[in-house]
Amino acid sequence: MKQTIFKITQHTQLTDTVYKMCLQGDTEGIRCGQFVNIQLDGLYLRRPISVCDCQGDVLTIIYKVVGKGTEQMAAMTAGQELDVLTGLGNGYDLSLAGDKPVLIGGGVGVPPMYMAAKELVNMGKAVKVILGFNTKAEVFCEDDFKALGCDVTVATADGSYGVKGFVTNALEGMDYSYFYTCGPEPMLKALYKATSTSGQFSFEERMGCGFGACMGCSCKTITGYKRICKEGPVLKKEEILWED
Amino acid sequence: MGRLSVDLCGITLDNPIIPASGTFGFGYEFAELYDINVLGTFSFKGTTKDPRFGNPTPRIAECTAGMINAVGLQNPGVEKVISEELPKLKKCFDKKVMANVSGFAVEDYAYTCEQLDKCEQVGWLEVNVSCPNVHGGGMSFGTNPEAAAEVTAAVKRVTTKPVIIKLSPNVTDIVAIAKACEEAGADGISLINTLLGMRIDLKTKKPVIANKMGGFSGSAIFPVAVRMVYQVANAVNIPIVGMGGVTTAEDVVELMLAGASAVEVGAANLVNPYACRDIINDLPRVLDKYGINNLSDIIGGAK
Repeated sequence: MKQTIFKITQHTQLTDTVYKMCLQGDTEGIRCGQFVNIQLDGLYLRRPISVCDCQGDVLTIIYKVVGKGTEQMAAMTAGQELDVLTGLGNGYDLSLAGDKPVLIGGGVGVPPMYMAAKELVNMGKAVKVILGFNTKAEVFCEDDFKALGCDVTVATADGSYGVKGFVTNALEGMDYSYFYTCGPEPMLKALYKATSTSGQFSFEERMGCGFGACMGCSCKTITGYKRICKEGPVLKKEEILWED
Repeated sequence: MGRLSVDLCGITLDNPIIPASGTFGFGYEFAELYDINVLGTFSFKGTTKDPRFGNPTPRIAECTAGMINAVGLQNPGVEKVISEELPKLKKCFDKKVMANVSGFAVEDYAYTCEQLDKCEQVGWLEVNVSCPNVHGGGMSFGTNPEAAAEVTAAVKRVTTKPVIIKLSPNVTDIVAIAKACEEAGADGISLINTLLGMRIDLKTKKPVIANKMGGFSGSAIFPVAVRMVYQVANAVNIPIVGMGGVTTAEDVVELMLAGASAVEVGAANLVNPYACRDIINDLPRVLDKYGINNLSDIIGGAK
């Protein structure tokens, strides 16, 4: 973990509620599947946001406006600075990917798949990507994955774009060696059942500190209690215990 | 003895700053960030007789100038704390640590304290009496002078280490409870634990926290801490460890003027992992600014 002051270099709106922010600063040690924790004026707790990309000294995050913190972020402009804790969480273990991994992102779970896709492509893997959204107007990042050379399928729940239905519909009949996913919990649960190989799931939980001190985000797994912020957010399929 | 050093129950602290239990784990996570030997000491994660997972999630809710937590004393149990956590801590912390103990029956407290009494690393036992008494209809030990005194006496019987009783602020008369603990043999009092609070999510129209209620902490509760430390310090003759919303070096001075011999820092660690180090580094500047030579001179100075 590192505490760093980042400067916003670019901030663009991707959809009605989703924004992309590029931050310049000390990015050393940031890995794919990790998250950062951002301090905002007037708000007590930091806001955990997943890492979308990290290239040189630029960290890219893509976030959805869901409350006070992200509303405040959406109003920020290039040149402003943010106090950020980086290097949080375990991240994806890409060594298990096999030759043809599939990456499955749902909604605001799409961004963390980008850095994983980029690294897997660089490792010479044939990367397939499934992106799930509710409707056409919510689709983002499709071209970014295509630009990496990934085989991209988009699914929309209302059928307004791409495959009609959920990411599980897009997965049907697909040939893959392993999977990586991030998205809303109902999607993760559906994928747990629908996938035929092992894989890694990235989870979300309300956090206090984000670095393992407060035990605010603990969960039970087959291999014992884990902190989503420290031993997670990525859990392997074999260790997940779903709680009803 | 430097100008920041203070005495706590016969043990000299280099400075009065103590990360509060539940906000600093067993220390080694923070040792990755800075040398935790700069601390006065720290109070480790609340430990119980048996391992506990704690409450379901969500366990955390944000508030204006603070947060609510309902972690529910997640800890590996005293046996593993001694066999696994303390050896890990030894590699990065040379000082005596404060052992924070919780229980749900008087005999649980006594058992856990007896085990920790054998640990050379442990300097003080900080006994959290805010937990519900399973044999007392679930009422917290800390809301009743007799129950708090009973825990104090039971713990004193099994240890020679200083026993500091950590009091809940969710009571009508904090002074009566502090006095009962002193009479039962407590070597110190620490306060305040969190204030009982609750948040409701307007979107779901349900409580934010799965446990519905939880402990409110953070800078918002600081004035309550100052008031309660002041009241207790003026009623007992044993040292006080003050805490509750402490965020800055100025807060430390204020709580010591109210009567605290040492000061715990809690929620601030969760927002700024360097909070305690930053406060320690800033204390000399604040002492100079207010014309204070030695911190130990000002304890209870506000009359």
